[in-house]
Amino acid sequence: MNAIEIQGLRKCYGSLTAVDDLNLTIGQGEFFALLGVNGAGKTTTIKMLSCLTLPTAGDARLLGRSICTEAEQVKRVIAVSPQETAIAPNLSVTENLEFLAGIHGLSKEAAKARTAVMLETLGLQPVAKQRAKTLSGGWQRRLSIALALVSQPEILFLDEPTLGLDVLARRELWRVIEALKGKVTVILTTHYLEEAEALADRIGVMAAGRLKAVGTVAELLAMTGGKNLEDAFLILAEGGAAQ
Amino acid sequence: MRWLAFARRNAREILRDPLTLAFGVGFPVVLILLLTLIQRNIPVSLFELDQLTPGVVVFGYSFLALFAALLISKDRSTSFLLRLFSTPMTAADFILGYLLPMVPMAAAQCLFTYLVAAILGLPLTVHALAAGALSLLTAVMFISLGLLLGTVLNDKQVGGVCGALLTNLSAWLSGTWFSLALVGGWFEKIAFVLPFANGVELGRAALAGQYGSLTPYLWWCLGYAVVLTVAAVLVFHSRMRVK
Repeated sequence: MNAIEIQGLRKCYGSLTAVDDLNLTIGQGEFFALLGVNGAGKTTTIKMLSCLTLPTAGDARLLGRSICTEAEQVKRVIAVSPQETAIAPNLSVTENLEFLAGIHGLSKEAAKARTAVMLETLGLQPVAKQRAKTLSGGWQRRLSIALALVSQPEILFLDEPTLGLDVLARRELWRVIEALKGKVTVILTTHYLEEAEALADRIGVMAAGRLKAVGTVAELLAMTGGKNLEDAFLILAEGGAAQ
Repeated sequence: MRWLAFARRNAREILRDPLTLAFGVGFPVVLILLLTLIQRNIPVSLFELDQLTPGVVVFGYSFLALFAALLISKDRSTSFLLRLFSTPMTAADFILGYLLPMVPMAAAQCLFTYLVAAILGLPLTVHALAAGALSLLTAVMFISLGLLLGTVLNDKQVGGVCGALLTNLSAWLSGTWFSLALVGGWFEKIAFVLPFANGVELGRAALAGQYGSLTPYLWWCLGYAVVLTVAAVLVFHSRMRVK
């Protein structure tokens, strides 16, 4: 079964079409990156797929469940790490993780056990007792991803997870994200081309609400004739080769 | 029991904000001390403890509405709620999780107010216990009103509406500081259609042991508490998924 099957997805805000006629299939365990300039429709797509906003038209099935009619079932198998750091600032790192585990229905004991695993996996032990608001940007982003993973989702949406981080923190986070490959279906949106190139199995390029092309880096280069991903991306974003 | 995990988080948020706690509990205590002092120095009977105490308790609850509204509107201003919206939590889970941790705060506020009143000369009878317990209904009404306002307003607007408007309405239309019968006419009629005066009279009747005259105040307070809580759930639900 495919993890995600998107058919004719569209989102309009008044006269503005944020996402237009999106068709896409993502396999289970695949790491898929969605690239695009600001306003391309990446975040709106993530919001629709994670049941935060209703599509104007079309539908998507996540592990067979419709985002339009089976939102509650969809929410049981997904997790989202939003663009901005989404943490409870007055709770410690451990409390944040236990809280999210509780929200996903884990018992107190199970939540504690799962939290211990997440602290270990994401290397959060040094700051486990620290309140989230006192953490540096890099640690906060790491916690934000840990919060998304604590429920052991089958599909994970990472919306620009490294935005605003310095090079060191970004590379450190890449290692964390890379470790998810093959275990979870990951949909990553990013502005950073090198991030998509380093992490993703396939890349989709969006511009003006439309999916312009989908493929591996090699396929995108062949499709556009670009020398590197940046060339290919610019050709696609500026209205070159279509899907 | 998702609401319980969320309630635990909110309780921590409240307890870790000492200013809110100190103000919530301290303000009614200071108020009752000052007004009793004034009463001792004036020849007319204006602020007798059996009339004043239930009024100060209800007026103190209007600040709970502000705290509740701030808690929810601050959460809305971050991506934190966005993350939670993508979990299987329902609107009822959210509202219950916000509401319940505030009830012990209301109880503490009420308890301290009655204890100070007792030190100042109010007989602490079983009727005072009944008045305190019944006042929690008014507390739920104020908290739900705060949650409703916090769901539709941003944190800056909440300060104006709950901090200024609601506390003034509660002060003028509750009959705490002056007898509503003295003004009479439409003013008194409006006051007894709103929940504030009904909450005060409910407390006064219970404190006097006049249980036969608890109605209609009880029905007004219960009605407002139920309607506002259901309204908060419905409005919150509509905000969880943008169309």
